[in-house]
Amino acid sequence: MRKAFTSSSFALAALLTAGAPARADGTINLIDLAELSGSGATVGTNFKNGVDLAAEEINAKGGILGAKIVVTHVDTQSSAGVAKGQAEKALDSAPYALLGPGYSGSVKVVAPLAAEAGLTEIMGGEAADLTRAGNAFLFRTSFGQQSSMPKIAKYIAETLKAKTAAVVYVNNDFGKGGHDAILKEFAARGIKVLVDDSTEAGQADFAADALKVKTANPDVVFIYLNEEESARILKELRKADVKAPLVGETTLIGQKVIELAGDAANGALGHVGLTTDAPVPALKAYRDKFVAKYNYVPDHNGIKGYLAVYMIKAATEKMGKLDPKNLAATLHGLTITADKEPGILMDVTIDGNGDLDRESFLGEVVNGKQVIKEVLPKLKN
Amino acid sequence: MANFIAIVIAGLATGALYALVAVGFTLLWQTSQTINFAQGEFVMLPAFFMLAAMNAGLPFWAAIVIGFVLSTAILGFAFKLLLVDPMLPHGVLPLAIATMALSTFLKELVKTFYSAEASPFPSIAPEGDLHIFGVSIALQNIVVLVVAIAAVAALQFLLSRTRLGRQMQAAAQNPTVARILGVPVERMILYSFLINGALVALASLLISPIYLAKFTNGETLGLAAFIAAIVGGFNQIRGAIAGGLLLGVVDNLSAAYVSTQYRGAIPMVLLIVVILFRPSGLLGRPEERSV
Repeated sequence: MRKAFTSSSFALAALLTAGAPARADGTINLIDLAELSGSGATVGTNFKNGVDLAAEEINAKGGILGAKIVVTHVDTQSSAGVAKGQAEKALDSAPYALLGPGYSGSVKVVAPLAAEAGLTEIMGGEAADLTRAGNAFLFRTSFGQQSSMPKIAKYIAETLKAKTAAVVYVNNDFGKGGHDAILKEFAARGIKVLVDDSTEAGQADFAADALKVKTANPDVVFIYLNEEESARILKELRKADVKAPLVGETTLIGQKVIELAGDAANGALGHVGLTTDAPVPALKAYRDKFVAKYNYVPDHNGIKGYLAVYMIKAATEKMGKLDPKNLAATLHGLTITADKEPGILMDVTIDGNGDLDRESFLGEVVNGKQVIKEVLPKLKN
Repeated sequence: MANFIAIVIAGLATGALYALVAVGFTLLWQTSQTINFAQGEFVMLPAFFMLAAMNAGLPFWAAIVIGFVLSTAILGFAFKLLLVDPMLPHGVLPLAIATMALSTFLKELVKTFYSAEASPFPSIAPEGDLHIFGVSIALQNIVVLVVAIAAVAALQFLLSRTRLGRQMQAAAQNPTVARILGVPVERMILYSFLINGALVALASLLISPIYLAKFTNGETLGLAAFIAAIVGGFNQIRGAIAGGLLLGVVDNLSAAYVSTQYRGAIPMVLLIVVILFRPSGLLGRPEERSV
């Protein structure tokens, strides 16, 4: 209890005393708005741990241009309303940059505040429209839905040769964005949607949803839910004896979902933008470091948090000075290569909208482990 | 038709769990006028007792035993001794508010000392399906349904066919007369709290493999069971059973055939209809109060 109090006090003190983005005492203050409790606790905790690991590594090597990173984690409680309030408080302390949130709905309310303050925000949200609102200060750490859904739909149409589909999505900004994007791609490829099933964030009982899918008997089931809900529906779909391939995005075959769903996760397929199971040595090395520190295997959110800090490092070093006002402009159009900045793990190009282009993967859960079946190249080389 | 039957059976399995929790609501209300708004969290907590025992290296069966013992001791005995007994003399409302505070306390406790994240929980049911006349039914649903019904039937037997049960009923219906007749009313009230502790542990054991063990699980369950108890009749155990089963089936059928978006609203509509047209619940008795 005393330890928790001390940590909280330290975090509060850091927040209150963070008077300048890069202080004279040589620190770079980053504020991480994360879902540390509520339905997104898995997302936020992984993101937070990734951020901490990166900050620790960078600080151990002398920091960024000699300045040490100080990260303050703030709990959004997985609520957009709380995230907004926390962001307002965070911006008052004039940090160097904002990290997170992971939930797209929270990003939507935080991003305009950060933009108004002229502050760079590197977030975990994946909803397609986040980087389509003309916000010059918002950056992704993973693919947006507009980049991943065409790849998934192509796989479903051409490899699985599906003509009909059931779509199960979570009724929030993240889910609706994915839902709209995949329906557009299905329509373009002539795939008929037999079930369009909206579910609630935090929903516990998926028995009816699974039986609804079974009744429709589609060629494929596309699942676009958060981690815990993904695990619950996988269990229910297996219980209902649904035979169609279960396909989703990164979340569906993430480590946390596999752990929660157990055997029910076997056979699930997913397009993976970031995974520690990819045949990329830098990702495997990152995984080992993360496991050594936290004693569990990170999911893609853990990689997102890690990359966010290294994106800031690469851009700051390119500027050659600690300049939060020009950080966003420097990130736009920046290509960061893993040979020059190993912490970025894979070569990445950041476009003018804050979207990313890099290699991605197609994975399947086999015997409780994510196995990468294909490496998909960058969209633009 | 086969899928319709499967949906109804899945709904009955969910409803049987609601019924277990709702029976606890009615038991406590009948014996001590306690409306326990922490009842959902009471279902959430035993899963973590069991997980903690397993993390300490105990086998699943031993963890179940420990879960039941701790649940009965803490959520039954200690709950009555430390919260209900001191608060009840101040009236039903202060006690109800105290249980709301307890619900928040229990959630935060689990979040702080265990985890904010969901944890997998082993099932007592084997995996696989049972195929009967072309209907495929998950074994887990069958086990949940059978165990929950058996527990409720055993409770009904205890209350209506045994001397102890009749004493408990007497203590609930008219404690003054029961005392005159020599019934140890205080002990009977304590038994109802202990039974509630065991019921929530059983519900936790059955539902956690489906919901996953998480500190927020009680929110959904508590509300559903409360609605089930009111719909069925708050002062009748058989009413709580009927309310639970009805709610589970209506929820599943509406999600499958009406709208998943509005599934959360349908139990509320059911509740409003019952309150409007049958305020004492489907199987409840009207209660008269005099001043």
